[in-house]
Amino acid sequence: MEKYWDEQMECALPHEMKSLQSFRLSQKVRQIYENVPYYKTKMDELNIKPEDIKSVDDLHKLPFTVKQDLRDTYPYGLFAVPMNDVVRVHASSGTTGKQIVVGYTENDLEIWKNCCARAITAAGGEKHDFMHVSYGYGLFTGGLGLHYGAEKVGMTVIPVSVGNTQRQITILKDFGSTVICCTPSYALYLAETMEEMGIKKEDIKLKAGIFGAEPWTEEMRIQIQEKLGIQAFDIYGLSEIIGPGVSFECSEQTGMHINEDHFIPEIIDPDTGEVLPEGEQGELVFTCITKEAFPLLRYRTRDIAILKRNKCSCGRTLIKMMKPAGRSDDMLIIRGVNVFPSQVESVLLQLGNTSPHYQLIVDRVNNVDTLEIQVEISAEMFSDKVKNIEEQESLIKSSVESILGISAKIKIVEPRTIPRSEGKAVRVIDKRKK
Amino acid sequence: MLIKQLSIFVENKPGRLCAVTGILKENNIDIKALSIADTRDFGILRLIVNDPEKACEALKKEDCTVTITDVIVIGVEDKPGKLADILCLLHKNSISVEYMYAFISKTDNMAFVILRVEDNDKTIKIMEENNIDVISNDVISKGLI
Repeated sequence: MEKYWDEQMECALPHEMKSLQSFRLSQKVRQIYENVPYYKTKMDELNIKPEDIKSVDDLHKLPFTVKQDLRDTYPYGLFAVPMNDVVRVHASSGTTGKQIVVGYTENDLEIWKNCCARAITAAGGEKHDFMHVSYGYGLFTGGLGLHYGAEKVGMTVIPVSVGNTQRQITILKDFGSTVICCTPSYALYLAETMEEMGIKKEDIKLKAGIFGAEPWTEEMRIQIQEKLGIQAFDIYGLSEIIGPGVSFECSEQTGMHINEDHFIPEIIDPDTGEVLPEGEQGELVFTCITKEAFPLLRYRTRDIAILKRNKCSCGRTLIKMMKPAGRSDDMLIIRGVNVFPSQVESVLLQLGNTSPHYQLIVDRVNNVDTLEIQVEISAEMFSDKVKNIEEQESLIKSSVESILGISAKIKIVEPRTIPRSEGKAVRVIDKRKK
Repeated sequence: MLIKQLSIFVENKPGRLCAVTGILKENNIDIKALSIADTRDFGILRLIVNDPEKACEALKKEDCTVTITDVIVIGVEDKPGKLADILCLLHKNSISVEYMYAFISKTDNMAFVILRVEDNDKTIKIMEENNIDVISNDVISKGLI
């Protein structure tokens, strides 16, 4: 028997959903126009007034929003309510070290909790379950997002956060976790560590896992399900839209249902901006029609995906998106963290005495993503003393780690060993299998 | 009184030493002494050669990362205990040794110790006060030892 968190919305008739979306959209566009100068200017430039947006069919008239807009309005320029009404902020990586800041009112937090609650319920999570949250807690939306979603469902939440894998496994066993949330690669890593510790899947009570924050394949899903003895569900989100919970997988496991009563999706041609019909692959765009503090219009996610509205055996009518097939920019996801090669570049340039010739080598060893940054030695960096070079290496390492938010190995290499290219420099070698 | 030592960055990769010394071979450079400081990923090859400027230019032309450091070369009798005497003398005078290596004379019973120290001037003064030979550039470039 399929359980829903919000049956009325999740199984709404398509025309009812469209009416609701149209109503919410027209209200939201007015709120944004009147409260966010940045958007008012953009709309005025295009000669669009809020009254021109009466339904979802008018969505294409609105301007797009891109990451650069968020950087240009850092930190709170796109907020649509007074800061006094903002009860939470979160942040994620920007391409050059400036963070992307998002905010929530109490009502927004309520929306978020419900979106995650839908995802948890679709994965079979119920009030009597024990939720093991192995996402990072902090400015990252993953940890707190799933945490509050699980609390909303009434589960017993175990906020383990990241790290200390042996302890995590002991807690899994002793505290009786039944549902786990973490990145898919961490799930595999946990499975392997369990094996090393001599703990079998029969020794733990896990029945399901909700995995996201990085792309993962069907092969990985099969492995996770096999090794942990659970059903593995996908969840998608980005902090600019709300965090995790923008879309979620159901029992059919053939794509993710988008919470379209809150976030209207579109697929566009990344080069022309033209809206593409259902079934075609393109860049995923979202419009927030219920959030108060930080509602974005037609935000270009840079994720490449396909939208499909077909009958789902789970009974939900919410439109589905297929797993993102890649990015239209150069962003990488390493151990669940967004990384832009240009962030490395800005660090090296700031340090001053390093050459601009660098390369990121990304690999996966024992199911854990690894990052090595090769930097060509420059005349200024070179010293007769090993200690001096090592100190520089250390400095690069700590600067890069503080900007990226993850640890990286630094390798100093000889000049001219990083291949030069005619056109755009090849900054990344990603050895991970697709 | 200071000797120009070459320091060359060598990545820990097969063929690098062969390539670097090959460049010296092409340019007819004679190596008098060498040492290599290694870490996991790279090493610094230190060389005393007959013509450091020529060697430096040749290496730079082939994109090697090279620098010249001033070091002191002292000469002592090649007998047990002579090195210890030198080092204790430096210690007594609070001179810190960064690194050292040595070679022996082809012609007589002498040993030469290459020292990188913190304070070159003070070290030279102490050697002279104690009648210890400080080898000059000429001697090395002319192949007299």
